[in-house]
Amino acid sequence: MGRKLLFEHIDKPGIRGLEGYRANGGYRSVEKALKTLSPEAVLEEVKKSGLRGRGGAGFPTGMKWSFLAKPEGVPRYLVVNADESEPGTFKDRYLMERIPHILIEGMITSSFALGAKVSYIYIRGEYFYVARIMEQAIAEARAAGWLGKNILGSGFDHDIHVQVGAGAYICGEETALLESLEGKRGNPRIKPPFPAVKGLYDCPTVVNNVETIAAVVPIVNDGGEEYAKIGIGKSTGTKLISAGGNIKRPGVYEIDLGVTCDEFINSDEYCGGVDGRAFKAVVPGGSSVPIVPYELFLKTPAGENRLMTYESLSEGGFAQGTMMGSGGFYAYNDAQCIVRSTWNHTRFYHHESCGQCSPCREGTGWMEKVLHRLEHGEGRTEDIDLLWDIQRKIEGNTICPLGDAAAWPVASAIRHFRDEFEYHVTHREKVKDPKHFAREPFRKSAKFATA
Amino acid sequence: MAKVTIDGVMIEVPDGTTILQAARMIGERNKADRHVVPPAMCYYTSLKTSGGYCRTCIVKVTKGSDKDPRPMPKPVASCRTAVMDGMEVANTTDPGLVDARNGVVEMLLINHPLDCPICDQAGECHLQDLSYENGKEASRYEFERRTFDPIDIGDTIKLHMTRCILCYRCVKVGEQLTDGRVHGVINRGDVAEISTYIQNAIENDFSGNMIDVCPVGALTDRTFRFASRVWFTKPVNAHRNCGNPRCNGHVVLWLKGNEVLRVTGRKDMWGEVESFICNTCRFDKKDLAAWTVEGPRQIDRHSVINQGHYNLERKQALLTSPAPNVPELAKRKELKDR
Repeated sequence: MGRKLLFEHIDKPGIRGLEGYRANGGYRSVEKALKTLSPEAVLEEVKKSGLRGRGGAGFPTGMKWSFLAKPEGVPRYLVVNADESEPGTFKDRYLMERIPHILIEGMITSSFALGAKVSYIYIRGEYFYVARIMEQAIAEARAAGWLGKNILGSGFDHDIHVQVGAGAYICGEETALLESLEGKRGNPRIKPPFPAVKGLYDCPTVVNNVETIAAVVPIVNDGGEEYAKIGIGKSTGTKLISAGGNIKRPGVYEIDLGVTCDEFINSDEYCGGVDGRAFKAVVPGGSSVPIVPYELFLKTPAGENRLMTYESLSEGGFAQGTMMGSGGFYAYNDAQCIVRSTWNHTRFYHHESCGQCSPCREGTGWMEKVLHRLEHGEGRTEDIDLLWDIQRKIEGNTICPLGDAAAWPVASAIRHFRDEFEYHVTHREKVKDPKHFAREPFRKSAKFATA
Repeated sequence: MAKVTIDGVMIEVPDGTTILQAARMIGERNKADRHVVPPAMCYYTSLKTSGGYCRTCIVKVTKGSDKDPRPMPKPVASCRTAVMDGMEVANTTDPGLVDARNGVVEMLLINHPLDCPICDQAGECHLQDLSYENGKEASRYEFERRTFDPIDIGDTIKLHMTRCILCYRCVKVGEQLTDGRVHGVINRGDVAEISTYIQNAIENDFSGNMIDVCPVGALTDRTFRFASRVWFTKPVNAHRNCGNPRCNGHVVLWLKGNEVLRVTGRKDMWGEVESFICNTCRFDKKDLAAWTVEGPRQIDRHSVINQGHYNLERKQALLTSPAPNVPELAKRKELKDR
């Protein structure tokens, strides 16, 4: 049983309110930071902790903060990315629903370190009720003096605003989020300049995921070094994983980074194993990361046990590894059809492409149409190579990472499950039944097809 | 100053110059080096924040700079990436990049109607040039193409959204040249469209420049539509004393006999207008007597308009020193390499 840092008090009664939260040691990090530490010292603790961004890219948070430009007379902002729209990810929602104050506490402490007087929470439109929970919590915090002018007599002013998005996936990309927050069309900006130099209203801005900011609370409370003791190598601390799919125990789990993949997926403490059939494939970090066959999820290409860490999951590169991503974990059993799932993902990316740059705007629609044809029994052998070529021409050629996110699931599905695609071409009548693999699971041929 | 090498050709440019601008400087310096210039469909020098969308100008940075020689991992948009001292860039010399650009061109064309035979832009269309130089001979796309109904946005401009490649140039014109912008992009993904608010008319002095900046036939001049193919008209430089303080009245008249069929801004060798003109000059002065004619306009690059015999001198010049075109150069290089 790993240590719980964010979820330590999640089951305590009244934890959602300020009183209950305070009774369980809430807002200690604000007291500690504002009364005893300098902003630089807080930044130093975050650097020491080795905390990495929990939104998907895994960029070291301390480093991101130190990149923040600090010109005189220009305000700085902290923006919390609560636009959790990656399919399969629901960890931030759970955290905000259950303990909204941990996010507020983290935001005050982080803003103190960054010198931001105003911070924003950008919540996706579908989470309107979470926005209400957050607003209520902010009102409580403001009434109790945790927000506003001269917090705890330290001379530090801070306020938090909640902004609800209109439900676009692309607004989870940090620059599109900033555009949307400014009231414009949510199109990603062209980088450079990066938000740390020119972000919200052209001012230096740090954009962090909900979980990243929440993790600042235990880091400041216990010290960065203590936090860095959990985990392995450059993956320190705990991570929230929202697990779903064909597992016995779906839910949000806080794991120590470094738990073996086998333990995570099969032990009763976490996912509890497969739901009565056999595992086929795993997507460990939200729909954008490459899908891997179950065997490759358990063992690295070198034959070692794979661990739930940033490094271990990506071992083997794109050909044989995957990514930690945002922690939207889901597993497939042998009744699932990979082609159908890939088509479904691509349909999502097609719908969510902002339409700004050509390869993604046109390519995602094209891939969706080809995959639709394959899945509905009208595909041809050339379609598989065509798909491979389209994804190759999207990846890396777009403004924002959505292009890559749309290309990777297709690439990895073809790479690892090419024989399943071929089956769709050779058994056109069978695959017209939407539940084709549930009735007659696809058995991989002895020859392991790779592209 | 920064030294940058593009496809083996070196130039020294001021700091802050983009790769595309540096390449164009090389092309302007020596016509034989024009192959180093990446195509650009959405970038427009005089429109701020334009560029970066179409991805046709992507290049491979094989050496970041003298200080940090690491190559850039992904192709970059040359129109939005500043040069560094010692940077080395591959435009047509990197097979991977040529392939990637080929992919972008294919993407741009999959939903384009390819109705060139009935499109007014044919002959001066950047998408035609682009697909001729960088595209494939056939499309692999077999699905129904996206279509929209053509709409009139005001008395003078027609919008064929079906042909649009969403370069955002007209949006920038609306944003930066005209007062009270009334149009923009609505919807998203491959159904995103240029639109006004409930088919509002676009009416202001400089709105006609949207037609000039449009790289395809999405925005066309309603006073010229179907009047003539462009290569049957004779372009001449002309000017008039325009009362509008923001318009210098320097235009190109497109004549058939003595009839002025249309008026446009003067486009340079990269297809960008030298100065924006007002709507009075563009739409209302269709009488040769209103203009002082300077002489025939040289339409640069590979335009089919050159096929017209309107300028015999220029034709002679072309015959003695043929302008190099990219595929030919590539072929020549291939032969040499063998």
